[in-house]
Order: sequence, then structure tokens, then C-alpha cells
Amino acid sequence: MAAEDIAELQRAKYARWSIIIVFLSLVLVAAIIICLSIGVVSIPFDQVISILLGGGSERDRHIILNLRLPRVLLGVVVGASLAVAGATMQGLFRNPMASPSVIGISAGAAFGASLALVLGVSWVSGAFAIPAMAFLFAFITLFLVYAVSRDRRGYVPVETLLLAGIAIGALFNALVSALQYFAGDKLSGVVFWLMGGLNNATWDQILISIPAVILGCSIIMTLSRDLNAIMVGEEQAGNLGINVNQVRMVLLLAASLVTAIAVSVAGTIGFVGLIIPHVLRILVGPDHRVLLPASIIGGALFMVATDTLARTIISPAELPVGIITSIMGAPFFIYLLMSRKKSMGW
Amino acid sequence: MRLSVHGLSFRYGSTDAISGIELEAKEGDIIGILGPNGSGKTTLLKCLNRSLTPRAGTVMIDDVDSQTLTRKELATRMGTVPQSANINFPFTALDIVMMGRLPELRRFESESRKDMDIVMEAMAMTNTVQFADRPMDQLSGGERQRVIIARALAQKPKVLLLDEPTLHLDVNHQLEIMDLIAALANMERLIVIIVTHDLALAARYCTKVLLMQNGSIQAAGEVTDVMTMENLRKVFLIEASVYFDERIGAYSVSILRSTRSDGPGDRQ
Repeated sequence: MAAEDIAELQRAKYARWSIIIVFLSLVLVAAIIICLSIGVVSIPFDQVISILLGGGSERDRHIILNLRLPRVLLGVVVGASLAVAGATMQGLFRNPMASPSVIGISAGAAFGASLALVLGVSWVSGAFAIPAMAFLFAFITLFLVYAVSRDRRGYVPVETLLLAGIAIGALFNALVSALQYFAGDKLSGVVFWLMGGLNNATWDQILISIPAVILGCSIIMTLSRDLNAIMVGEEQAGNLGINVNQVRMVLLLAASLVTAIAVSVAGTIGFVGLIIPHVLRILVGPDHRVLLPASIIGGALFMVATDTLARTIISPAELPVGIITSIMGAPFFIYLLMSRKKSMGW
Repeated sequence: MRLSVHGLSFRYGSTDAISGIELEAKEGDIIGILGPNGSGKTTLLKCLNRSLTPRAGTVMIDDVDSQTLTRKELATRMGTVPQSANINFPFTALDIVMMGRLPELRRFESESRKDMDIVMEAMAMTNTVQFADRPMDQLSGGERQRVIIARALAQKPKVLLLDEPTLHLDVNHQLEIMDLIAALANMERLIVIIVTHDLALAARYCTKVLLMQNGSIQAAGEVTDVMTMENLRKVFLIEASVYFDERIGAYSVSILRSTRSDGPGDRQ
């Protein structure tokens, strides 16, 4: 083998990555069109496409553009956020169990949102009240977890960080339960919200969340090579010139940002952040330069599909999508564990 | 090309891990750092590559204080092969060696032809080209170690630090790795610093040795001056002799017995 062959290997790898990303994107677009057409009123694909391009009847336009499209797009945002945050944390902690919920961020965000829902407490009012509180508490959680696990020299051991996250997450979960206990007539609202769902999707939520999610994902993807090196070993990454503590902090902040957004618009939806990165790591390999974009698209795809199931399976009523993701996700994950024990990459 | 270390000290909490370390090295040197467990060998290595920030002292690479360099700049001068690089992820050998180019790449820059050539050269020197596209978790311990050395070489360092590079390897692979390191020091004109427990390999391959005890240097210099019966007795509590073995054309060590008075199994 010569230098040309090494260059050829690299080129082949980049070509494979491009194909994977293009393929997943096409599948996502197709899934979005299919999911837009399915519902109480079935609208054929060609109609859906013509409505998206500006045509169609008044009634169908209303159904697609005001009812289904916001929901589907919110599914894209939420699925992408949870999956990219999960992939980031699994790489960062070199731990297959890591996900935004493990280090307590989901619980913190849920507590913030519950405060806004139950007590009407928020530092901003209007449409932003709940997301703003979810955000605030996601960061408070991250700060607490970090403060607890940081040692005197400023080093943050991964094991301590995970354990602190579990403890602080448990604390916030208990506080959420306490809020529910005292919620009175607002109880059902909180409970439904916590189960997770996209049924209240509005264009406002999408306009709020998309810029922040794009920002978070861009930051994370910018650091994908550093994340590769950190996954191989933190000290080795340091010896390769990477400022590990700083990169880790930035990645955690970005992952918390997108998690807080997902939780604030859709409640706590389980399993997406855990399984999507695993499935894609098996398919595309461990390199974050392809794993992160693949997780973003894959998470979006999974969320859009499961949400369509959620709103059609017991039509005209609907199930909270969080229930579906866990019911589908858990057995699938167990199947993966049992069938591919050696090749999970951990 | 020179490396000079003056008065290097580090403490964990309130105990001195190393203190007053002095070291001079020039290109082509292979310096062995020897000493019993807990004598501060690995701490010294980590202070050299700034994984730890020393409490006092300087590390000068060609008259540049390494503390004034950015991490990336340091990584282009100094490569480290860590003690146990257990890479359990299916990154390919090529992916891992390519990471050695990270210090030179800007954030969005992709690998240039020059980077490919450097990686290829590093893989050729370490005889790892034939499994460039194999995942790390499918390679043997010796193969993995060679890939990690190739990654350090891809950094194009002047100083190569190795922490127990032959640990966990069978005798054949130990010799293979040490022959490789000796050849690199010689051909690439690197300064090589090796932390090791293996007295025989140190005597055979190192041009200079540093004998450490309780965080400070007991003796430093040529193998025959440092690895004397008296020094080895004092530091390792063993009766051992170093002699020139004509069959290998290098020094060798015979370990005769332990001299610990309180018998085996007890601490000193």
C-alpha cells in the first residue's frame, strides 16, 4: 500500500459518508410527505406536494399547513435535538448509557417547565414562558452537576459527573412529582405534558426552536474531530493539542441547549437520545463527523414516524408519543443488545 | 535539538510526587526512566507533556519554555504513547494515525496531500500499513501499540514520550517495539523518553537512564554508571548485576535475589 492508497481509503470513506447522509435525507423527506398525507383525512401524496408548493384546495391547505406541518416539523426538531445530544454525550462520556436524561438535564428542564405550567412562574411571559424556564433549569442542572463533580484542580472525572447527574436528576424528578401533587386542577396538564407529545405544535414553537437547534447542532458538529479524539481517550486528546476541559464544557452547553428546547416543546420523550445514536453507530461507524449528522437526520426520522403512529393508532384519539417511543424503543434496543453484543462499539 | 528540564516539581495534595527533577537530552538519545512503583515516573512524564501542570520548574525544548506554547504547538513538538491505550471503538488504524495530524489542522481544514504522506510514512515506519483499514478493536496488542506509536509519529514530534510501551506485550512483541523505538531515535533523530519497569530492556536499549526513588533522581547518566549493584540494591531492594552481553552487543541485567529483610509480601 502506498500514500495513494491511503488517500484512496480516505476518499472512499468520505464518499461513503456522503452517500449515507444523502440517502438518510431522502428517506426523511419521503417520510415527511407520507406522514403529512396520513391522518383522519387522508390526502394523497401528489396533493401534499402541490400544497407544499403553494397549490391545493382551501380545506386541504388548512389541514396540511396549519395542523400537520407544524407538528411534523416540530417532530424533526425534537428528534434531531434528542439524538444529537445523546450522540454527543455518549462520545463525551465514552459511555453507552449516557443521554441527556442520565446527567439530569431532562429532569431539570422538566422541572423548570412544570414551574411555569403549574405556578405560572417564569422570567419571561407569553409564548416563551415554558421554553425559557426549561432552558434556565437545564443550565442550572448542568451547573450543579458540574460544580458537584469538579475537583480542586478543575478536572471533572466522568464517573463523578454521571453519578452527580443521576443524583441531581432524581432530585428534580422528585420536585416535579411534588409539583404534580400540589398542582390541583392543573394536574392533568402537567401529566400530559410530561408524557411527551407534539400535539400542541404551533408555528410559534417552531420559529423559537429552530434557530436555537441549528445553533446547538452547528457548535457540536464543529467539534466533531475533537469529540472523536476525546472518545478515544481524554488524556490522549490533550496530548494531541485539544483543550479537553474547554471542549467538553462547550459540548455539554450545546447539548443542554438542544435538550432544553426539545423538552420545553415536547415534554420528556424517552429513548430517542439513547437508541438512535447506537443504531447509527452500528450503521455508519464511530466517527462523529458522520455520526452526528446521521443522528440528527435519524432522530428526526424516528420522531416523525412515531408521532404519526401516535396520532393515528387509536384514531380519532391519540397516544402521547413518549409512550410509543419507549414501547417501540425498549424492545428494539434489547434486541440490538442481544444480537450484536460484540459490535456495539463499546 | 535539545530538551532540558530544570527543577521540575509536582505535588498531589500535600505530598510531593516529584521534586527537583533535572534532565538533559539531545537528539538520538533514548532515556529510560526507572524506579519502583510510586517513585514518580509516570508523574514526571505527565509533567513533561503538560497532562499535569508542574508546581515549579521548566521544560525547555530547544530553548523554548514549553509552558509558553499552546497545547497545539506543544503537540507538534512532543508526541506521547500512553500506558494503556485501550481503544475499544471500531475506529480504523488509519483513523487513529490520522488523529496525529490534528495539531496541524485548522478547524474545518481537511487532510491535505502532505498530511496523507506524513501518515503514510508513519505507518510505513511502524509496519502498520497492511492493516490501515482494520478496526482497532480487531487488532492484537502489539499491532495496536504500533498504531499508537504511528499516531505519535504523525505529529512529527521532536520528543517522543512512552509510558511502559512494552507492558502487556509478549516477549517477541516487546523486542519488536523496542527495536522500532531504537530505530526511530536513530533515523528520525528523536529524543525518546521511556518509562519502564523492565531493567533488562532499559539496559539493552537506553543510551541514558534516570533512576528515581520517592520522587527524586537517585542517579542519572550512562547505563553502567547508574545501574550499579549498589544503586539497584538501594532503589529496588534487589541484588542484580549489569554486564555487557556479547551475543546481543548490548548491556543485560541478571537479577539474583530480593534483598528485602522483611521477607516477601510485606511493604518496605
